[in-house]
Amino acid sequence: MTDVTAGRAEGVRSVQDNYLALVRKKRLYGGITLLIFIMLMLSGFQIANDRNAGGFLEGIPMFFDFPEGVIEEAWEKRGNLPGLLVKYFPALIETVNIAAVSTLVGAFGGIVLSLLSTRGLALWPRAIPLFRRVMDVMRALPEIVIALVLIFVLGGGPVPAMIAIAFHTAGALGKLFSEVAENADLKPVEGLSSVGASWGQKMLLGVIPQVAPNYVSYGLLRFEINIRASAILGFVGAGGIGYELRNSISWGQGKFDEAAAIFILLFGTIVVVDQVSSHFRNRLTKGAAL
Amino acid sequence: MLKLERLTKRFGDRTAVDAASFEIDKPAMIGIIGRSGAGKSTLLRMMNRLIDSSEGMMTFEGREITNLKGAERRAWQSQCAMIFQQFNLVPRMDVVSNVLHGTLNRRSTLSTVFNLYPREDIHRAIEILDRLGIAEQAPKRAEALSGGQQQRVAIARALMQDPKIILADEPIASLDPMNAQVVMDTLRRIHEEDGRMIVCNLHTLDTARRYCDRVIGMRDGRIVFDGLPSQLTTGAARDIYGAGADFSEAATSTDIAALEREAEAAAI
Repeated sequence: MTDVTAGRAEGVRSVQDNYLALVRKKRLYGGITLLIFIMLMLSGFQIANDRNAGGFLEGIPMFFDFPEGVIEEAWEKRGNLPGLLVKYFPALIETVNIAAVSTLVGAFGGIVLSLLSTRGLALWPRAIPLFRRVMDVMRALPEIVIALVLIFVLGGGPVPAMIAIAFHTAGALGKLFSEVAENADLKPVEGLSSVGASWGQKMLLGVIPQVAPNYVSYGLLRFEINIRASAILGFVGAGGIGYELRNSISWGQGKFDEAAAIFILLFGTIVVVDQVSSHFRNRLTKGAAL
Repeated sequence: MLKLERLTKRFGDRTAVDAASFEIDKPAMIGIIGRSGAGKSTLLRMMNRLIDSSEGMMTFEGREITNLKGAERRAWQSQCAMIFQQFNLVPRMDVVSNVLHGTLNRRSTLSTVFNLYPREDIHRAIEILDRLGIAEQAPKRAEALSGGQQQRVAIARALMQDPKIILADEPIASLDPMNAQVVMDTLRRIHEEDGRMIVCNLHTLDTARRYCDRVIGMRDGRIVFDGLPSQLTTGAARDIYGAGADFSEAATSTDIAALEREAEAAAI
């Protein structure tokens, strides 16, 4: 009996020792990782600070001067604001329009690309790496680069911006969509295969109903991002509210009331889209009304 | 020790627990029975302060628990351990880390995030695991264990808290009969050896009868039975479950012997 208890106590001790050794190893690795991280942060900051024209800390106060100037001037001319808001509203519509069309086009492209590059669902399993690399490239090219090239070729206007954003969106959404599709249940797909359905039928009837709420949710998120992107593309001549913003800001002092009006419009739009889309995303994920 | 006075919980216009009152004067093993939706879980969650009560009061050793806030509430939770039906462990962390979570209330966030637990705590965690017979699983991930083993890890986490009360919310509902028995035996042993109070939600009558010193029956949020297991007649059970005359005890049983008895009866 004493032998049994002694043997058992020994067993516990060896478990304890082994576990403590494991913990020590983990702590050592964790400590080294933390040290490397801190050193990288410090050295990175140092390099950035050295390369800068001015110092970071000395520059901070100046950073706040510009918004202060904008707000001050806008406040002085606050009487103009309502008129300016009305004046720039059509430009805002154009920007939102570019974002909406490019989100829709990009989402359709993303759906096709994602289904073609998901393991277990792909039409040509061997071509999965190819479609993945295609999406990588589409994602890697910033909208602004594509837009600059297209504006050079096609001339300024909303169409190059739309193509540029849709291209990038298809790559970005395709990646997210394919991650959702990877978690989809394959049993319904097998069921449809057993009745002789084509690939398109299997995807549309077996996979899309499962993933639709997530797809819509990601699509709405992308729409918000694309509104900002399409505003930025206005800076390089794609029209819309970004173009007006560039004009009023680069004009410098004297037109800051217009800049403030445009900021208010943009900010308001993003808040509205965010609220509306989060409302719908909640409804989709919680399954109400569906 | 523990006293509930008209403790009530409403969700919107639905009353989940309706004026529950009872008093427990010494550490005992209490079983709460009732069909699903009777408010057993809500009652336990209110006692642990996972959710706030709508009305009523609960006191422990003369101290009001229902109005505790912030750090005081968390201190209460560390004395009043909870065991869940689905174990509620962190699946990707190892077993010992999961047990050490029982000490979180005593440690700072920073030291626990970096997994800097004192050596004595690690030793004690493994001793507790050994007491529950799963010490050799210590370095494994919690998700790699079977259901019965995971529930024992959850019990070890509760013991690590060194609590005065252990609340168990359907601890055996997702286990097979064999593991259910191991878990219930463990809880009973903890009660007898450590003298801790155990309040246990159960949905089977025979488990309550076999393991508990006192049984509380709930139906539609109200307490409809409160007495000794021996007072729990088939008539009283029909009342609690709101069942008709066709109700048989074996229908709610997870005990292998009871199932066999029923099979024999059917064969005859």
